Amino acid sequence: MQASIRDTFFEECEELLEAMVEGLGVIDEGQYDSETVNAVFRAVHSIKGGAGAFGLTDLVSFAHTFETVFDEVRSERLPVTPELVAVLFRAGDQLATLVEAARDETGIDEVPRDAVLKELKSYLDEPEEVHGGAEAGPPGGFQPMTLDFSALALPMAGGADGPLAGGESFAAPELPAAPAEHLFDIRFQPDRALIANGHEPMLLIRALSELGTLAVTAQSEELPAFDELDPEECYLKWSMTLRSESDRAAVEKIFEFVEGLCSLDISEIGGDTPAAAPAAPAAPTPSALPSAAASAPRPAAPAAPQAPPAAAPAAAPPPRPRAAADEDAKAKAGAHQARATLRVELDRVDRLINTVGELIINQAMLSQRIAELELPKGADAEVELEDYKLLAREIQEGVMAIRAQPVKPLFQRMARIVREACTATGKRARLVTVGDHTEVDKTVIERLSDPLTHMIRNSIDHGLEKPEKRRDVGKDPEGEVRLSASQRSGSIFIEIADDGAGLNRPKILEIAMSKGLVPQNAELSDAEIDNLIFAAGFSTATEVSNLSGRGVGMDVVRTSIQQLGGRVSIASETGKGTTLTIILPLTLAVMDGMVVSVRGQTMVVPIASVLETIRPKEGDVHRIGSDEEVLSIRGSYVPIIDVAASLGMHGQGKSLSSSVLILVETEQRGQCALALDAIHDQRQVVIKSLDRSFGDIPGVSAATILGDGKIALIIDPDGVAQIAGRRSEAGPSSAPVMEFFDE
Amino acid sequence: MTKVLAIDDSRTIRNLLRMSLENAGFEYHCAEDGRLGVDAFPEVQPDVVITDINMPNLDGYGVIDELRRGPNATKVPIIVLTTESSDELKARAREAGATGWIVKPFDDASLISVLKRLTGHAA
Amino acid sequence: MSDDHTKAVSGSELKFVTFTVAGQNYCLDIQQIREIRRWAPVTPLPHAAGGVLGVMNLRGAVIPIYDMASRLGLGITEPSERNVVIVVAMDDNLFGLLAETVQEILSVNEDQLLPTPDVKSESTREAIQGVISLADDMTRILDLRFVTGSFSRAVA
Repeated sequence: MQASIRDTFFEECEELLEAMVEGLGVIDEGQYDSETVNAVFRAVHSIKGGAGAFGLTDLVSFAHTFETVFDEVRSERLPVTPELVAVLFRAGDQLATLVEAARDETGIDEVPRDAVLKELKSYLDEPEEVHGGAEAGPPGGFQPMTLDFSALALPMAGGADGPLAGGESFAAPELPAAPAEHLFDIRFQPDRALIANGHEPMLLIRALSELGTLAVTAQSEELPAFDELDPEECYLKWSMTLRSESDRAAVEKIFEFVEGLCSLDISEIGGDTPAAAPAAPAAPTPSALPSAAASAPRPAAPAAPQAPPAAAPAAAPPPRPRAAADEDAKAKAGAHQARATLRVELDRVDRLINTVGELIINQAMLSQRIAELELPKGADAEVELEDYKLLAREIQEGVMAIRAQPVKPLFQRMARIVREACTATGKRARLVTVGDHTEVDKTVIERLSDPLTHMIRNSIDHGLEKPEKRRDVGKDPEGEVRLSASQRSGSIFIEIADDGAGLNRPKILEIAMSKGLVPQNAELSDAEIDNLIFAAGFSTATEVSNLSGRGVGMDVVRTSIQQLGGRVSIASETGKGTTLTIILPLTLAVMDGMVVSVRGQTMVVPIASVLETIRPKEGDVHRIGSDEEVLSIRGSYVPIIDVAASLGMHGQGKSLSSSVLILVETEQRGQCALALDAIHDQRQVVIKSLDRSFGDIPGVSAATILGDGKIALIIDPDGVAQIAGRRSEAGPSSAPVMEFFDE
Repeated sequence: MTKVLAIDDSRTIRNLLRMSLENAGFEYHCAEDGRLGVDAFPEVQPDVVITDINMPNLDGYGVIDELRRGPNATKVPIIVLTTESSDELKARAREAGATGWIVKPFDDASLISVLKRLTGHAA
Repeated sequence: MSDDHTKAVSGSELKFVTFTVAGQNYCLDIQQIREIRRWAPVTPLPHAAGGVLGVMNLRGAVIPIYDMASRLGLGITEPSERNVVIVVAMDDNLFGLLAETVQEILSVNEDQLLPTPDVKSESTREAIQGVISLADDMTRILDLRFVTGSFSRAVA
């Protein structure tokens, strides 16, 4: 139970952090209003509130300082400057880090945290330190009491007018707590406001009676004639005598909430232990101190000598001009009509998706059975089957839409990556996001985070120039990284574009050659050179900086995108910048595939990559070199790739010229013709990811289960083309082949 | 059974309240922001309201104001949930018409004792 | 389930399933085993690492099948219908392990578990968690992480 609430808290923190970052972004752009500021404040405040409930003191104390600074912004006492915004962003990042640490129960790095805290505090006046968590008061400064937050969090005891004569006698609780009887004389007259605030005098009296023996006299002389009676007014007053073992503090606690809403006079008569009475004035609790100064324009109940003003120090800040902001918030309240949503456990959705996957497989099997019956064309069963297919597809799309989420939070997280990367490299960059309402499958979003992070770091580290250099070439010293998402023709496009120097092709080629990725004398097109950065083994520790490093190269990025059924491409223009494009399928679970056979094995080619299918005629296929063939199509030549050979399958297949060819568009080699034994049909297949423990299986992106229960591998045309390219380069018999592949 | 309407934009706090209150035998209702809370009031007819201060759409002061002075003005106890224990805040809440307050983080015992004190109901 | 666990902790009795791989005796804690199936041809994976036979459809899930003999460096099994696939769960993932035959379920006391003898081969030490001595023979307790693990390591 507790654990699940804790999980909820951290889930909620994620959302709050997103809201916070979004708000800070808006503030950064200068297009904000008071509601923006309020929203950020609330986010930080809610994190603090929840953290308190779980005793996460590090988080509470940091959030408190952050929130306090933000409250200054909210009340417009602190002007919003670019420097402040930068500090707020850093504080936001730090808050996220502390949330993670709390969630994972790992230690926190105090150095960066304290650095941010120091920056935050530089915007605060000293008195705010009172709440500042574990921070000690400034030496020498007047600090009435330094409380840690947990002490403040105790339910407030104490009443309005504890005599402060004894000073802050915190020793009180240690006094001998002999069960001495006290005798109190209590006079209590509620104000009208007491009733209006929902209090019930009888409840207070009942609570008093629970402390001991209570004698009550109601005085009704002020009760007006019946027809003048105002039902909202309280005309009664009570005088009571309480004999109790409880001390004065306990009595005052009962009136805690009605302070200022009544006339109250509590006096202790004689007492059986006279010595204790003066020596143990109820220890003034924190709330009692500033109360005299800050609250209640109404006269507090007459009391023993008031505290000297100095003892109720500046802890009470000046009244804050909150009202204006609140008015705005009210005005906006109507405008924010949230869409009705339903919170569903992810497990349920996933079970549903699995079942829909089964449904699609079942539909495929049924189709096969019906086809085997060889019914006359237009038979009812065929027509109904078509409806079944349509309905199944609609259900599938509907279910997948449940998992779709906007990329916005993902994009927002990248702002932090940009800031960190800038700090680490001494470059300047702003992140521009476009199309962040584009919706993508939840799993895709989760699994895009790492590759995207890496690509953005890469853009800043390798793409953007230093500010001085940019100025020299007439660019804005602040670079731009543009992150955009869009949905086009059944695919999701995500672009990471920088306006930096573009890829350094000679250097890339040099590195690739030095690592033996391409032959020394190879002549590559620009596109081929650009694509070398995705080659396994291109990126190694020797040339990565402390930022892009961490042993992750762009090959890993490409692999993780491929595992999502997507691909990544690159375009670069010298001096203008580099654009990386990720293309992802709309849904993960199902895709349209062409069922083919390769050396007796059934496989699937994604329809998305198929341009056309070709049954080559004699004379369309030309042999080049010893074992390479090209297809002549509409006046150009494209390489023919033997899928079976590329996938390392044994056995004798048909000769290429008698095969069926599927023309596909690949990232690295442009158009290629995949040679297969046969094409069976076209259908929806349910994608089953292959266990990661295999590592990368070149040429295969995933698997599916066919109508007969057998597993068919899903071919990755890019991978197949790539293997074929490598094979022919490496093969001793083949001459350099790259020339053929120039677009 | 004593009906509680809790108004808080934090799911975490709502969950904690639900757990504490239901364990103590209260009937628990909740709303996710001030506006929804005020709207839910006539329907739920709670015996006591617990409200957060910092909330979107309508803050806690606004909630109290509407419940005390709006078209369906009520005198049911309204308890403010606050992370600050400053007297300024308490004074302001009181002025707005709050009946009492509970400082977050709260423990079950103090939450329940405040509820009982202000409603007179033993859950 | 939790009862079994308690028993295991208290150390009184453990159950192992014994099987043979390339003529040698091995065993696995019964709690690691999900089911045992007769060998049926699998879908081979191109360019698969050594010891990966391919993938199998287990009630809608695609699970990898390893040849234990090959993983243990005992040669390559030519699978036939007489062989079995032991489906095991590790870290929420299912794997199939090809073995020659399954023999029996062994109930042993904890004190019958012995540490792996100090053999030279490091891979043997890694692959075997310990041994159980039987009346006239011994059986090796297989470490699942070794059989399936090196592939994940290659990716990470």
